[in-house]
Parts: sequence; C-alpha cells; structure tokens
Amino acid sequence: MSLTTSAPESPRRRLMDAPPHWTTVLASVVLIAIVLMALFAPVIANFEPTSLNAMKRLKPADATYWMGTDSYGRDLFSRVVYGARVSLMVGAGVALGSIVIGLPLGLLAGWFRGLDAVLMRMMDGLMAIPGILLAIAIVALTNAGLTTVVIAIMLPEIPQVVRLVRSRVLATRSETFVDAAVLLGTAPLRLIWRHLLPSTLAPLIVQGTYIYAAAILTEAALSFLGVGIGTETPSWGNIMAEGRLYFAMNPWLVFWPAIVLSLCILSINLLGDALRDRLDPKMKGRSA
Amino acid sequence: MLSYFLRRLLMAIPVMFFVAVFVFLLLRLTPGDPAQAIAGDQATPAQLQQIRESLGLNEPLSVQFVTWIGRMAHGDFGVSLISQQPVLKMIGQRIGPTVALALVAMGLTVLISLPMGVLAAWRHGGLTDRAVMAFSVIGFSVPVFVIGYVLIGVFAVNLKWFPVQGYKPLADGIGPFAHRIFLPGLALASIYIALVSRMTRASMLEVLREDYVRTARAKGLPEIVVLFRHALRNAAIPILTVVGTGFAMMISGVVVTETVFNIPGLGRLVVDAVLARDYPLIQAIILLTAGTYVLINLLIDLSYALTDPRIRFQ
Amino acid sequence: MKLFGLKTLGRVALVAGSMAALPAWAETTLTAVMQAPLRSLDPHLSTAQIVRTHGFMVFETLLGMDANYQPQPQMADYTVSDDKLTYTFTLRDGLKWHDGTPVTAEDCVASLNRWAQKDGSAGTMMKYVDSIEATSDKVLVIHMKSPFGPVLELLAKPSPIPAFMMPKRLADTPVGEQISEIIGSGPFKFVAEEYRPGDQAVYVKNEDYIPREEPSSWTAGAKVVNVDRVVWKAMPDMQTSINAIQSGDVDLIEQVTIDLLPLLAMNDEVETAVLNPLGAQVTGRFNHRLPPFDDPQVRKAVMYALDQETIMQTAIGNADYYQLCASIYGCEVPLASDAGSEYLEGTADERMAKAKEILAASSYDGTPVLMMQPTDLTVLTTQPIVAAERMREAGFTVDVDSMDWSTLQSRKNGWQPVSEGGWNFFFTYWGVAGIWNPLVHSLINGSGDDNSWAGWPVNARIEELRAAYLTAGTLDEQKQIAEEIQQIAWDDGFYFNAGEFKSVAAWRTELKDLQSAPITLFWGVSK
Repeated sequence: MSLTTSAPESPRRRLMDAPPHWTTVLASVVLIAIVLMALFAPVIANFEPTSLNAMKRLKPADATYWMGTDSYGRDLFSRVVYGARVSLMVGAGVALGSIVIGLPLGLLAGWFRGLDAVLMRMMDGLMAIPGILLAIAIVALTNAGLTTVVIAIMLPEIPQVVRLVRSRVLATRSETFVDAAVLLGTAPLRLIWRHLLPSTLAPLIVQGTYIYAAAILTEAALSFLGVGIGTETPSWGNIMAEGRLYFAMNPWLVFWPAIVLSLCILSINLLGDALRDRLDPKMKGRSA
Repeated sequence: MLSYFLRRLLMAIPVMFFVAVFVFLLLRLTPGDPAQAIAGDQATPAQLQQIRESLGLNEPLSVQFVTWIGRMAHGDFGVSLISQQPVLKMIGQRIGPTVALALVAMGLTVLISLPMGVLAAWRHGGLTDRAVMAFSVIGFSVPVFVIGYVLIGVFAVNLKWFPVQGYKPLADGIGPFAHRIFLPGLALASIYIALVSRMTRASMLEVLREDYVRTARAKGLPEIVVLFRHALRNAAIPILTVVGTGFAMMISGVVVTETVFNIPGLGRLVVDAVLARDYPLIQAIILLTAGTYVLINLLIDLSYALTDPRIRFQ
Repeated sequence: MKLFGLKTLGRVALVAGSMAALPAWAETTLTAVMQAPLRSLDPHLSTAQIVRTHGFMVFETLLGMDANYQPQPQMADYTVSDDKLTYTFTLRDGLKWHDGTPVTAEDCVASLNRWAQKDGSAGTMMKYVDSIEATSDKVLVIHMKSPFGPVLELLAKPSPIPAFMMPKRLADTPVGEQISEIIGSGPFKFVAEEYRPGDQAVYVKNEDYIPREEPSSWTAGAKVVNVDRVVWKAMPDMQTSINAIQSGDVDLIEQVTIDLLPLLAMNDEVETAVLNPLGAQVTGRFNHRLPPFDDPQVRKAVMYALDQETIMQTAIGNADYYQLCASIYGCEVPLASDAGSEYLEGTADERMAKAKEILAASSYDGTPVLMMQPTDLTVLTTQPIVAAERMREAGFTVDVDSMDWSTLQSRKNGWQPVSEGGWNFFFTYWGVAGIWNPLVHSLINGSGDDNSWAGWPVNARIEELRAAYLTAGTLDEQKQIAEEIQQIAWDDGFYFNAGEFKSVAAWRTELKDLQSAPITLFWGVSK
C-alpha cells in the first residue's frame, strides 16, 4: 500500500507525468475542502463524533444521520468529518518527521564518507523490513496512540529520504562550486547549509507529498488489520475497519470513508505530480 | 561479474545482521507476554511465571540473543512459543498460498499493464492515454481492502462468478486454484497495475523517440511488432526496477488481501504471531522477507547488466 | 469366466477416479469455523475457550457433567465413603489412549496431579487432599484430610480447566511446559500432520472409542461420533465465514456475530440457534490497588453510573440474545439470586443522579481513569467506549487506551501506577461455566493475593464465606452463602456485572442432532 517504498532515484518519481492543468486545480480545491473540513469539524459535524446511542445502531442514511449510523449508534457523517483530522495529522506527522530525521542523516552520509557505509547499511536493513510488518509490530507491541502510529509509519519511510538526500549531496559535491568552497576553507556545516541543502529541497518536497499520501493509506491499512488508532478518535481507517463487519448489510459504512480517503489521496498525488513538474523540471524532461 | 555478485552478497551480511538485532530488540523491549497467549485470559500470575520460566523468557536479553543467533547460524529457527511447532514448518505450511498470490498478481500485472502502458504511449495525449493515466492514479489512491470488497461484492456475491473466499492449492487442480485466486490476485495487483502501466508508458515514450524505432517503422514493420518487439524490450529496465522496489509494496498488500479473502498465507501468520508475541516466529518471518527483499534487488541489479551491457559493475 | 458385470466395472472405475481426488470416498467431513483459531494445544495449560473445546475432542475426564449440573461417570464409575473422606474411581473397560496403550489408574493419578497444579480451584481442593493413589490398574482412590464438598463437581467441571486425562509420560511433563504430543482417550484423534496453528486443526474419528451406554448429556453419557473427520478452520473475518457457510464451504459457524444474523435469516439451507445454553457474562473490572478505585465509594459511583442495557445493546444489538440480571454466577444457574439488584433498579438517569451524588461526596479528585480497550477482539471493543461515556457523565475523567487483546491481557497483571503502564478498568467476559459457583469464580477472590486474578480486591468477609462454601453440606446452605457473597461483591464493587450474552451458532441443514452444551461438541451430530 505504501507508495513511496520505491527508492527516490527509482522510476516511481520519474513516471508521474504532468497532469493537465485543470486536474491540478480540481485536486487543490478538493484538498483545501478536506483541510477546511478538518479545521472546522466541530462546526460542520452535526453530532459529536463520539456520542453514542445504543438504540440507533446501524441506521441507514436519513435527514438527521446523513450517512447513517455505525455499530455504536454514532453519526457516520460526523465521524468522517472528524476523521479527516487524524488522517491529515498522520500524513503531516509522517512526512515532516521522516524529513526532519532523514535530511540530516542523508546530508551526513553524503558528506562524511566514513559514516556513509555504516549508515547506509543500517538504512538498507530498515528498508529490507517490509514497512507494514514493522508498523504492525511497533503499534501492536507498544500502544495504539496517534504518536505511536506516526512513528510506526514514519520509521520505514526514513531510509527513502536518506537515500534521496544522499544521492543529491553526492551529485552536488562533485560540482566545481563546491570544490571551490572547500578550497576556500568553508566550514563543513556552513558548506552543507549554503550549498548542499538547497539542492535537495525541491525533490524532498515532492517526495514529502508522496510520503504524505502513503502514510494515510498505511494508517488505514493498520486500522483495517486491527492495530490502528483506537475508536474514540475517529480516523478514516478505523471507521472503515469497524464498518467492514457490516459490509454486506450496509456497504456505505465502508464506502463513505473510502471515497473521502481516496479523493484525499488522489488529490495529494496529483498535487505532488504538479509540484514535481514545477520544482524539478529535470524529472519532467526524463519522463515525458 | 562473479566478484561483483560476491561483493554484493557480502554487503548483505551486515544488513541482515542489523535487521536481526533491530527486530530482536524491538520485540523484547516492548510490553506483551507470550506466556499469556499460551495460558489464556483467566490464568493467574503464578501460572504465567511457570510458563515464562520454561520458555527461557526470564534469561537476560543478551543471553537470549546470543542463543537465538547461535541457533540460527546452524539453521535452527526454533519452535513457536505458542504452538510448539517448528517455525520453519509453520512457514512452510503458509508460504505456498502467499507465493501463489504474489505470482498471480505479478502475472496479472504484466498481462494488463504492459498493453495498457504501451497503448497509452502509442496514443500519447489521446483519450486512451488519459484514461490509462486516470486509471493508474486511482489505482494508487484506493486502499487494497476497498478494492477487495468491491470485487467480492460485485463478482462473487452478486454475479456469483467466483467463490467469495478461500484458497485451493494448485495440487487440487488448475481449475479450482485459478477460480479462487483470481479475485485476490486482481485486488493485490491493483496498485501494481497502476504503477507498472505508468512506468511502461513513460519508458515507452522515451524509447519511441529513438532512431531505431523510426528505422523499424520505416522498414515497414507492422506497428505491433515495432511496439512490442523493438520498443518494449528497450523500455524493460525501468519496468524491472519497479518490480523490485514493488516487493515491499506487495508484502503490505499481501497482508491485507489475505485477510479480506481468507487465504491462509504468511501475511496472516505474521499478524497473528505479532498479536500473540510469538517471538521466534515473528523474527523468522521478518528475516525471511528481508532476505528475500535483499535477494530480489540483487537479482534485479544483475539483470540490468544482462539486459543492458552499458551498465558497468562497479 | 466373467468376473465383473459391466456395471460393476463402471463402478470400480468411478470409485478409483474419485479416490484420486479425495482421501477416501465415503468419508464425511464436518468443517467448522470456530470462535477463535487454535494456537496452542495443551488443555491443562490454557484457559482459552478454543483450547478447552479442543480438549474435549481429544481428551476425556473421569466424570462428565450433565445438563442438570450433576457429575456423572464418564471414564470411571465412583463411590464415596460415608464420611466423605474416600473417593474411589474404577475405570471402565476398553479405555485406550490414541497410541494404543490401555488407560491405567497410574496415568490418571499423574494427570490429576498435573491438572491440580494448573487449575486454581483444583489447587484449593488439593489443600484438603491427603493422597491420590492407584490401587490397581483400574482403581484410583482419593483420600481427603477433611471433607471438601465439591470434589466430584471439580472433576466433572467443563471450565476453565477441566480435569483431562492423559498418559503418564505426557502428564509428567514439567510444570509450565506444553505436552509434546496430543494423545488422549477421547472420541476424536488429533491429526498432528494437518495442524496449521492459527489456520486449521483436523480431527478424525477414534475407531477404538467405546461410548458409554447412557444417553448423551453435556459432557456426560455416550459420545457417539457420526462423522469421520472434523476440520476446524479459522476465519479472521465474520463476513467471510458467513459467505462460506452460504456457499457450503463450511458446515458450522460456532459463533455468529448477532448483528449479521439477518444475512442468514433468508437462507433455507442455514439454521441458526443458541447451542450453548449458558452464555457468557460481561464483566468490568476495577483495579483495587490504584487510586481512584482503591476507594470503595468511587467504585460504588461507577456501579451506579454504568448501565447494563446500553452496554449489552451496543455490543450485541438484539435483546433476544442478551439477558440482564444481578446474579454474578450467571442468570439461570442454581445459585442465581437477586442480591445486589438495587444497583440496577430505576431508570438509567436515576442511577446516574445517584452516581453523581456519590462521586461528588467521595475522595475522587479528577485523576484520569485509565480504561483499557482491545482493538482486535470484536466482542469486547464496544463496552469500554460505552462505559467511558457514562463514567464521564458521572464526573470522571476517562482516558481510553486502545491496544490489542494480547497486550491488554498481559498489562492487566501489573499494578504499577498508571504513568508506568498500570490500569484502572477494563472489560472481559467469562463463560458462565467458569463462574457458576464461588469456588470457580475468579473475580470474587477477596484475598488481595498477588497471584489472584487481576484487580486484587481485599475483603475478609468474602474470604470467610468462600471457605465456608467449600464445606457447605446442602444446596440451600450453598445458596445462602453464595447470595451473601454476591451482595458483598456488588456493595464493595468487586466488579461490574454488565449482563450476559448468548452466542449463536449457524449450521447447514445437512447437519443433524447438534448437541446443546456449554462446550461445542462434535459427537452426536451427523451429516
């Protein structure tokens, strides 16, 4: 399910073609709508997402319950609205976290050749463990809170970032202006900051969007397997996981969150493609 | 070439060692108790203590680690803490369905996505192209289990074309096997189809501009021959890479697909093992998948060399 | 010379053809989806329901328990001396282990000793036992130091750990270690080669088994096997199981999720009914060692705040399949009584008002209550959520901590502060056969002993009563003691009894004569 499991220099990034302009616009609109939905959830939702009603379980959609109710008698629409918060936060947490940790590691590995071998073998090891297994293990073995889920999904993403940054650093350090800076006696940290970091930013942002989308999918998969965030905090993943038992009776318990989730990921992926074409024209040239 | 292969193989050793240490520590430093899984909910602490004692779980961590690594070096992966069955036997019982599922998904991917990608590239910018691209973006964006449920709902429950669940080994005959594995295979292939068709399209676009394609066309070869014999072969390398890097992606899909379609494979085994804290079993499965990942990527690197002599072994 | 008619030849060919595809052509196989996958096999070591059911396939007990809760001869007939100090058991003829060796009294002595080390109430019995010895190949004698009421009942009990008999060589396996072979004397043999932990378990009919003459009743009487093979399949998803029974892939689902029964209602080929007459009690347990539930008043507030009906309605969804009652031993057992029902009277709102009042007057200072919630055990995921909402309304701060069932199970055994991984409250459920009297009921242990079941309430009076129960002579006496215990358990907030649910089985109509019992039994049934 993880989209970004492919290495950054792999075709995964190359193959995203420039979408027609209108799709980018549409994707932005959808995404902004979802972000607004998350921000203003208390205003939009007509019920508390956790408010139970044992007598109103599994009701079909009507004027009060726009998407029906779940097995606890909670309003599905309100839960889907609030669910945006968790999914967006998980995505953001994982994307930012893996960049914050992966970026310095990548810079170090790229610049200090001694560190490189050790660090990269560790990253290879981390990459070799299937991300979902690692995430299942971490969540199941510790506890199913938001932080744990973010860490569990983030850990397998870090090597991707490290490899991407490292490859950019390696490419840049062979350029003449870097040689010049070294000859002038620029301190390594300053050198990294001034010359190496900027070149990695563009691909990193693009990679970040893909990580973002993948993290939301992985969270859903974890919830589906019963090792996600607890039901008191609605997430699209755990709403679907709870609804799947009733799929044959009321498939909309699964389909509503699934539709919103898929739209959200679709938009992020499309925006990621658009961003890449804008920020990283070299990539575009290679694919089109 | 051989020395390159050996060097790469040597490099895999520290990688696998890191995996072993990492997984071991992860399992032992987190809460949870396999004794509980054996004794059940109603057991008292004294009963649990007896069980832990007999499983060697009260030994210091370092001792447990050395024992484990030592045994593995002799090819002994130990026995499951819960069921007392040899770990390798348990994996052996479950690996068949998983491999079958993965291969079928791979086969379906090639059958579906290569023509799709080629077609999209050939009709670049046209309606077909857009349709293929839209399809592939959607393929990325819908969770595997949703695709699985839709497939079951439409083709098994409503149309009754396929059984709703279960697995029959190939030994029971190709008919029953294919009948049951088609839907799960398709569900699992969905992301892959999206990925590979895009990849194929992109590589084909690049290749179609090359001189030799123009030459082939000028020679008056039928378009289909040009596309599939000349162009596709040269577009193969990036496609191969996708197959390799997609392995991890497939594992994640396998775990979910096996649950949706009730296939008794490795994916379910490992989820069960984690939930029951069956340490030797979890360790063995993760090492196995990690090893497979390393091996597949090694093979793919080698195959680059075979398909494209320009790539040097460095 | 014409040896075969054309017809015969054809039939031979047909048989040969089908034999190639199937292991044996006239075999009947019953495929069942069980409530949980079978992951471990030693029935003395596990309290899990599925392992118990597995135990009754392969192993037997000296005594069985019939539908009137009475111990009856099964492997052995018995006599009790007038002074109640000597119990003599004589093994019936023809008993054989699955490895072909005869069952001896020696084997049974070793088995009883192993069982007594594992089972809590058997351990209690052993304090009264002077010796267990085999006086001949067929006879074993239990000598008591002083009279102990429920000896026969314990030997016959179906839960949580029945007194299963196994060969001495297996029974001598060190404490805490699992037995290496699954060899019993029961009506089914376990097929080790086909066992796939967590996925499938296979049993074949034990051709050497000689059933008793008496009619079958629960685990007592004749165990007549009418199918050749029983295959247990694990299915992680109830939806899948339902699809599978409709398509005929499986014959029986041991426990159907009640909400999904309408899916099967329209199908003429599938029947659904309650097979286990006893049901299971849902229990919310306090940690008596940690604040705020070290204060009886705070516990009392919760006892009033929680509402049986909303808990059961949310979890089960159909009032036909749950029952609300005050009895801590199960709603319909001989010891059931109304003691403590004042905590359930009136409307939920009235009780909430009372809860608020009690809580306001108590020592509770707003410290969050840590409620553990399992994510992967469907029958127990809803209760903590419903309970948390009611507790919050009463004035508690509640943190629901979600985790997988396995984590919850081990975490419940620790009593360190919440900040270090401790807990305050969680739900579990108990088959009524595991709580139907004060001897087996783990939740009313008032010793506060580290080795008692999680929660560790301390109450001297309840301990006196529990001891008195063991030597009580008559049923009336037992009832009186049980009732007083029940009142204390409510008043002192040992745990919240959230009600009882029945599990519903579904089977294809080809199956005839499924047995009603607290254990899913595979004898009697035919296909």
